[in-house]
Amino acid sequence: MSRRIVHCHCVYSKVVPADVKTAVLERLAGSDAEFEAVPDLCEMSAGKDPALARFAGDGEVEIVACFPRAVRWLFHSAGHDLAAEASIHNMRSSTADEVCGALGLPDGESAS
Amino acid sequence: MKPREAARPGPSAPFGELHVAVEPGGFDGVDAAGRGAVLAALLEAGHPVSRKAGAGEGALARLGSDIGVVDRAPEQVVEDVAARREAAAAPAPGAWTPWFPVIDYDRCTNCMQCLSFCLFDVYAVDGEGRITVQNQEKCKTSCPACSRVCPEVAILFPKYKKGPINGDEVKAEDIASESMKVDISSLLGGDIYSALKERSGSAKKRFSTERDESKALLERKRCLKELKDKLDIPSEVLMSLPSAGDIEERARRARAKQEERIARSRSAQDQKETDGASAKEWDI
Ligand code: SF4
Ligand code: SF4
Repeated sequence: MSRRIVHCHCVYSKVVPADVKTAVLERLAGSDAEFEAVPDLCEMSAGKDPALARFAGDGEVEIVACFPRAVRWLFHSAGHDLAAEASIHNMRSSTADEVCGALGLPDGESAS
Repeated sequence: MKPREAARPGPSAPFGELHVAVEPGGFDGVDAAGRGAVLAALLEAGHPVSRKAGAGEGALARLGSDIGVVDRAPEQVVEDVAARREAAAAPAPGAWTPWFPVIDYDRCTNCMQCLSFCLFDVYAVDGEGRITVQNQEKCKTSCPACSRVCPEVAILFPKYKKGPINGDEVKAEDIASESMKVDISSLLGGDIYSALKERSGSAKKRFSTERDESKALLERKRCLKELKDKLDIPSEVLMSLPSAGDIEERARRARAKQEERIARSRSAQDQKETDGASAKEWDI
């Protein structure tokens, strides 16, 4: 299964620095990586959104959100445990460069 | 004890599959900043966006063939998507702030203190006798009070500003830290409500000799604000906190009822009845 990126935009709060999440989004949009960007994983967890099952079922998923402990238990609380191989990148404690570097996203623009 | 509060509106219906798809080439002619701005505007308006093979199937809208992006302001793109969402009678993005506790079961010991402490029926016990967060929408926005009560630092609020409550790793010094100790002893070691009344009473007495009762009220407000700021707990919640004795008694009753139910719940029917029992249903 191919690698997939899930980006959480944490729209209902300011805890994820706006410059970090915007820069990561720009770099994602400028790359040719496949991704799914969601407004707020917390809201999806509370609403038991079935899309979470799809994200969790994909062992190659890379989640770009906040603290890994929070993200893992949010998935658990929705009834869909994340696979152990899933990677979680924390936009609250890392810079956009660090997150994009870990995702292997190119620095500048490329094709859509 | 205060009456239980009505729930907040709650999360919107699942929308994860009602996404906006970016078609191959859908962003051609738009620079990285422009693409990022369109994505951010869509997400901020509550629309998930997907760019992957087959994303166009079942999508609410496709950036490319349905909705153009080149030379258009992000707001225009959002308006077009919102119109499609309305036309499809799809649920609107939530009017609810997703603020609620999340349990770290690697740490939780099922002591039931959170269930006993929360007066708003957020917590419940599942069919296996395990504490669970059942009514997220009943949680008070921005109130992390129950996380302060948990002796295992097992309750997270992912949108809280500070660790470890926000999900940051729990370190030994977090548990022992002065602020955590102060918070917990403020909540459990003393009865805030009586403390407030006492403090307000002595202030009243002092000020009554000066025939200025409004100052006593000010003193009480200042005291509330001090606690609110220190613990990040909204005053409406502070005023309805149970006392330390109440918490212990409710936790003891919850554990006793849980044991009693588990002992009885050998039949499938009984097991079903136990599912999702809240503090209210258990009359604790
Ligand atoms: S998972 Fe983290 S980043 Fe995403 S909405 Fe919740 S708190 Fe925000
Ligand atoms: S107070 Fe903490 S340890 Fe006790 S049941 Fe609640 S989450 Fe678990």
